[in-house]
Amino acid sequence: MVSESIPRVGAQDRPIASPGPVAQAWKRLVANRLAMGSAIILAVLTAVAILGNTSSAVQRHDPTAQSYTDASGADNTDRSPNRDYWLGTDGLGRDMWARMLQATLFSLRIGIGAEAVVVVIGISLGLAAGLGGERTDRIIVWITDLAYAFPDILMILLIRQVLFGREWPVLGTGSPQIPGLPSALLVTIIAISIVAWVTICRLVRGQILSLREQEYVLAARAAGASPWRVVRVHMLPNTLSTVIVAITFGIPRNIFAEAAIAFIGLGVPPPFASLGSLMSDGRAHLQTNSLLVLWPTITVAMLMLCFTFLGDGLRDALDPRSAHQRR
Amino acid sequence: MISYIFRRVLLMAPLLLAIVTITFLLMHTIQGGPFDSDKPLPPATRQRLEERYGLDKPLPEQYVNYLFRLVQLDLGISLANDRPVRELIGEHIVPTVQLGLTSFVFALAFGIALGTVSGLNQNGMWDYVGAFVSTLGATMPSFILAPLLVIVFVLRLHWFDVLGWEFMNHRKMVLPILATGMYPMAFLTRITRAALLDVLHQDYVRTARAKGLSEFRVVVRHMAKNAMIPVLTVSGLLLAHLITGSFIVEQAFAIPGTGREFINSVLVRDYGVMMGLIVTYTLIYAMMTLVVDVMYAVVDPRIRY
Repeated sequence: MVSESIPRVGAQDRPIASPGPVAQAWKRLVANRLAMGSAIILAVLTAVAILGNTSSAVQRHDPTAQSYTDASGADNTDRSPNRDYWLGTDGLGRDMWARMLQATLFSLRIGIGAEAVVVVIGISLGLAAGLGGERTDRIIVWITDLAYAFPDILMILLIRQVLFGREWPVLGTGSPQIPGLPSALLVTIIAISIVAWVTICRLVRGQILSLREQEYVLAARAAGASPWRVVRVHMLPNTLSTVIVAITFGIPRNIFAEAAIAFIGLGVPPPFASLGSLMSDGRAHLQTNSLLVLWPTITVAMLMLCFTFLGDGLRDALDPRSAHQRR
Repeated sequence: MISYIFRRVLLMAPLLLAIVTITFLLMHTIQGGPFDSDKPLPPATRQRLEERYGLDKPLPEQYVNYLFRLVQLDLGISLANDRPVRELIGEHIVPTVQLGLTSFVFALAFGIALGTVSGLNQNGMWDYVGAFVSTLGATMPSFILAPLLVIVFVLRLHWFDVLGWEFMNHRKMVLPILATGMYPMAFLTRITRAALLDVLHQDYVRTARAKGLSEFRVVVRHMAKNAMIPVLTVSGLLLAHLITGSFIVEQAFAIPGTGREFINSVLVRDYGVMMGLIVTYTLIYAMMTLVVDVMYAVVDPRIRY
């Protein structure tokens, strides 16, 4: 079998000429205007969100401060956008701009934080399934099948309810009184990542299973490389592009999941704002002040759209063959 | 074939058992019980209630009891309404299934149509329309779309009602269907387009053209039939997800379906309803995967079980 495959080597491999594959992928990504535009929008949104939660010059108002009347004594609730309140105020006279900044940063932290946990769990279990022998593989595949059979947001909901409102060793109680809500953030991240690791695990497992049969892996093994070295140097880097693309699609999915449970009313406890809880609050006042629901909705949509475009661009850039097949 | 289906049904048992076990454990770890409220019940009343519903027994015993009753298709009694869970689910699943099925038909019809015109006019105007709609649909699912739809069509145009569900009443049906169906529609558009492009340059299509068949016949008889296979694979799971995942839209439009019932049951720790719905959802999912696998063999004669 091996001798038969030798003449075909090279025909299937990508050319290893200069510039290197990373530089080529980068060039393709930069040339993709939609992906680059999305990356810039995401960068700006992130920067504004971070600045808006650290510098009072950008934040302008306290996101939880309620002021029913302004300086001149006029009604300050449900105001339309003006020079002082850029996005208007809500029914309690809170500044929507400040609340949106808080919510956007929270969503980004959820999306990226959960994805970080997902990557660690997904890659480890994917590697274990792909390399650990048939029994380990079967157990892990069975667990992923199980996770697919369970409606994911319902599962996130259940785990969130289990973790919230109870004293946990590291997490604390998720009390709304703690500024910045580290425990609410952690609880949500854990609930989402327990459900979301499955996708990356499956991808990595599939990738490892096919890489294991490649000639160069065989060659490395024959040359006496230790199993760990084979994995680290020859297999992991080749799963990288799949994982990077999966991350860019995973982040918006996590943001969506958090917004969904918050929309139902099971998100962060008030007065803290997340994009989902703002949408849920705004929905109740849809008839009187439809701007309240419009801001968070547009932001969630924009985040999801930009991450998707960026993911599409990355996939085309990292795997040009798939791009050719698609077109 | 029959023995294959039989084997698959048997394989559902461990899946169901695992999911029941996980849910049971999670459910009882949630802080508080079904009889906790702002006004604490007198201890004697509480004890009598717990005795009545068997909640005074140790957890392992409750678990075994539940399994025994489940085998006899008895889902127990709802602690919040004091009604049989099966009756409750049977009532609330009607709007959920109606919404799921109608959204599915919507997604299937528009998704396949749009995917087909995109695939046949590759890089043409319709292809860009299809790409635009499917990207929008994929990134703005359910509850993101719902408020926007309401603002435009209810508050500005007054075409539809904001809340509720009534079968065959377009004022109450169109928006929930749109909100639910956009994502699967986008997904089906992409799949159909990719599948069509895949068969577009196959030899048998060229042969069919060379035989002088009309373009319509080539597309319908030779291309569509083969392009249907990937569409079929995803559509079964999509339908399962539509039925089990509609609770956000149900919440947004105040539709009295099972999704809302599930959220309620989690909030008031109505153990019976929570478990009953999870079991129902798992069964729906498992049945759908089975149907897809059987349909596979029907559409593609190369597949034998």
